[in-house]
Amino acid sequence: MDIISLLVAPVMLFGAWLTGSVLERRHLRNLLLLESGSRDVLALTIEDVPAEWTVGSCELVIGNVVISQDYFKRFAAGLKGLVGGRIGVYEPLLERARREALLRMKGVAHARGYNTVINVRIETSPLARSRGDGKGTAGVEIMAFGTAIEVDYATRLRMTGATG
Amino acid sequence: MIISNTQEIPGKTIIEFFGVVSGSTVRAKHIGRDIGAALKNVVGGELKGYTELLSEARGEAIRRMSRQAEEQGANAIVNVRFATSSVAQGAAELFAYGTAVRVE
Repeated sequence: MDIISLLVAPVMLFGAWLTGSVLERRHLRNLLLLESGSRDVLALTIEDVPAEWTVGSCELVIGNVVISQDYFKRFAAGLKGLVGGRIGVYEPLLERARREALLRMKGVAHARGYNTVINVRIETSPLARSRGDGKGTAGVEIMAFGTAIEVDYATRLRMTGATG
Repeated sequence: MIISNTQEIPGKTIIEFFGVVSGSTVRAKHIGRDIGAALKNVVGGELKGYTELLSEARGEAIRRMSRQAEEQGANAIVNVRFATSSVAQGAAELFAYGTAVRVE
């Protein structure tokens, strides 16, 4: 019985590492594919519309994603936390999530007929664990939002050089 | 109701300010979704159930904010901001606020 419980943690760690890595690579491939397809929507962090742009309607658009780290990387980060310093295993996860949230926001804008999103903001908020003892599910929500506008294509091209 | 997170509504002029309007909702995670998320938590990646949950909840917060602005006679909300806070175990508050205005 003791041997079995001793084996559970390493097996879970290995399984999580394997599956986590496969899923990460697949996600990165998908992101590249989608990003190359979404160049027609331009996301800008400027607050105001340049005076030269004539804008018809506008609308708030949001893209969000909740992500969690795999068991192996959480374990690795815990070990790294003992000595401090840069926790590299968390960086790719958050980066993937931000790209995904931005893509979803652009997707919403595109579906509603807008070609530009201004005043883009990205927010990150940790979600509470589902159990009080510090165990249970934990996730981080990344949310990208901005104001979608429709800008005359020629004007936008002159100002930004975005080829669409 | 035009909702925007910019200082002004692009292409329109603000003619009247009504002040701050806000909407919020507190949501707890559903037990069924929690089990799926707990499994996903081992291998990592997106917790789709939670993504949808938060997205719906935020929509609700925005609707409440819009209703408040409508009652005051506004036709747009500018400078909208969001805040998310974990108030208790497994529950999150989604809060949206902005400035109700009349534009033309």
